[in-house]
Amino acid sequence: MPRPATDAVGGAGGPGPSLPPSAPVARRRSRRAVGGVGPLGLGVATLWLSLIVLLPLAAVLVSSLEGGLAGFWDAVSSPPAQRALKLTLTVSAVVTVINAVMGTLIAWVLVRDEFRGKAIVNALIDLPFALPTIVASIVLLALIGANSPIGLDLVATHWAIGIALLFVTLPFVVRSVQPVMLELDRDAEQAAASLGASNATIFRRIVLPALAPALISGAGLAFARAVGEYGSVVLVSGNTPRNQVASQYIADRIETDQPAAAAAMSVTLLLITFAVLLVLRVVAHRRTSREG
Amino acid sequence: MKVERAPRIALRTVALAYLFVLLLVPVGLILFRTFENGIGAFWDQVTTPASISAMALTLEIVAIVVPLNVVFGIFVALALVRGRFRGRGFMQAIVDLPFAVSPVIVGVSLVLLWGVNGWFGGLAEVGIRVIFSLPGMVLATLFVTLPFVVREVEPVLHEIGDEQEQAAATLGANGWQTFWRITLPSIRWGLAYGVVLTVARALGEFGAVSVVSNGVSGQSETLTLLVANRFEDLNLFGSYAAATVLMGFALVALVLMTVFERRSTRA
Repeated sequence: MPRPATDAVGGAGGPGPSLPPSAPVARRRSRRAVGGVGPLGLGVATLWLSLIVLLPLAAVLVSSLEGGLAGFWDAVSSPPAQRALKLTLTVSAVVTVINAVMGTLIAWVLVRDEFRGKAIVNALIDLPFALPTIVASIVLLALIGANSPIGLDLVATHWAIGIALLFVTLPFVVRSVQPVMLELDRDAEQAAASLGASNATIFRRIVLPALAPALISGAGLAFARAVGEYGSVVLVSGNTPRNQVASQYIADRIETDQPAAAAAMSVTLLLITFAVLLVLRVVAHRRTSREG
Repeated sequence: MKVERAPRIALRTVALAYLFVLLLVPVGLILFRTFENGIGAFWDQVTTPASISAMALTLEIVAIVVPLNVVFGIFVALALVRGRFRGRGFMQAIVDLPFAVSPVIVGVSLVLLWGVNGWFGGLAEVGIRVIFSLPGMVLATLFVTLPFVVREVEPVLHEIGDEQEQAAATLGANGWQTFWRITLPSIRWGLAYGVVLTVARALGEFGAVSVVSNGVSGQSETLTLLVANRFEDLNLFGSYAAATVLMGFALVALVLMTVFERRSTRA
């Protein structure tokens, strides 16, 4: 905001022009007019969020409990449901670990290394976020499908699901670790090096602890995304009962008119996602309160 | 930590090779397969009646979703920034919910709410079909794109404060005048960024829409459903062509995002 010229000349921190005596009156009147968030605006906002987001989710929750807690448990513990859930969690966990390692490595290369075309590589990282999931699926099918140029037909295997999830979750760890690595204090690393610490020790004792919160957050978000992922998996998994992730199981149940089973699995997935996000929030909160 | 030349190049090679195999090779392959028979063959695939109707339906959904999300998104953002009311933290959490919910669950929840046996199933009896028709697809897209406008406008509103608005009100402007002349111009770049994110997601949404649409070719088939359906009909080339169109849209969105981001940081 432009300041009056006298203020700039008259020294920093000088008091601004005093408010005219009528200010409190104007202020009270304006509060009503400003921005249109009277009770009406608030009501509109609440109604909108309820209709679009809350009511549908409430319908899922209620449907999942239609047969009581026992019905819910029966639906989630049926063998196909268990198989889908186990497959989803296992593959997501493996994908998360690979993401943590490769994501940190890519972030390191993007921050500490210099080579031609680095800006392009950096821009490329966001590609999986920009591409629609079904495009990701058909794109990967070209790589690992029947016409694979590298002779690698993985369709309808767990590997195919894993590769699809690696593709769509790639940016999470890179984008959360990269800014922290940029800000990293290199003095500590140099001090350790001059005291004779090896690179491995420096990485383990100095770099990794500094990156840990960002790494955990990125990996957690990647896991949450992987658990619910549907579009990118749908063409490569073969969608057989043996090779079905949880989201495919849900889509399958709703198509074959078993809403209770679909709702129960949906609620289970939501609970897992919320638990992960809650843990991330607690970790982040602890860190900020310790620093503060 | 000073890494010697040899291990540094080794690390670089591993990282670049990973990105090359996972990202570049598949995308390059699709582009190659799409255009290996010449641009004419590609053009034939994207101008079939089914393809054109899919594109029209997708754009129709975008045209309905974007204005709704802009208007109500601004309402929600204003309420979150300027409102002092109980349950604001709760409202913040609701706005972030769509990011955490799997698209398939979005579709299922809409079926359970608006479907024939759902809570609002009575609408079907009076002839208003939501699921398996356009309203369902619009609701699904609204759900998944709801946070974008709110989350882009909110920080800008925070930053500009309400001094100028109060000044306008003091000078006798009414609520609408203040909004059109002061608030809207100052949030325009944040809003534009949010709109681009909304459009990109609306064009590319698959999971939620696939549950609430029956995907009848020429009627309720969006571009993303066309990609999946053509693949299932073993029309692989047609599927690649439709995917390439979607990739083109995504590229345009990326470029626009960069432009708007630069504008908003400069302003």
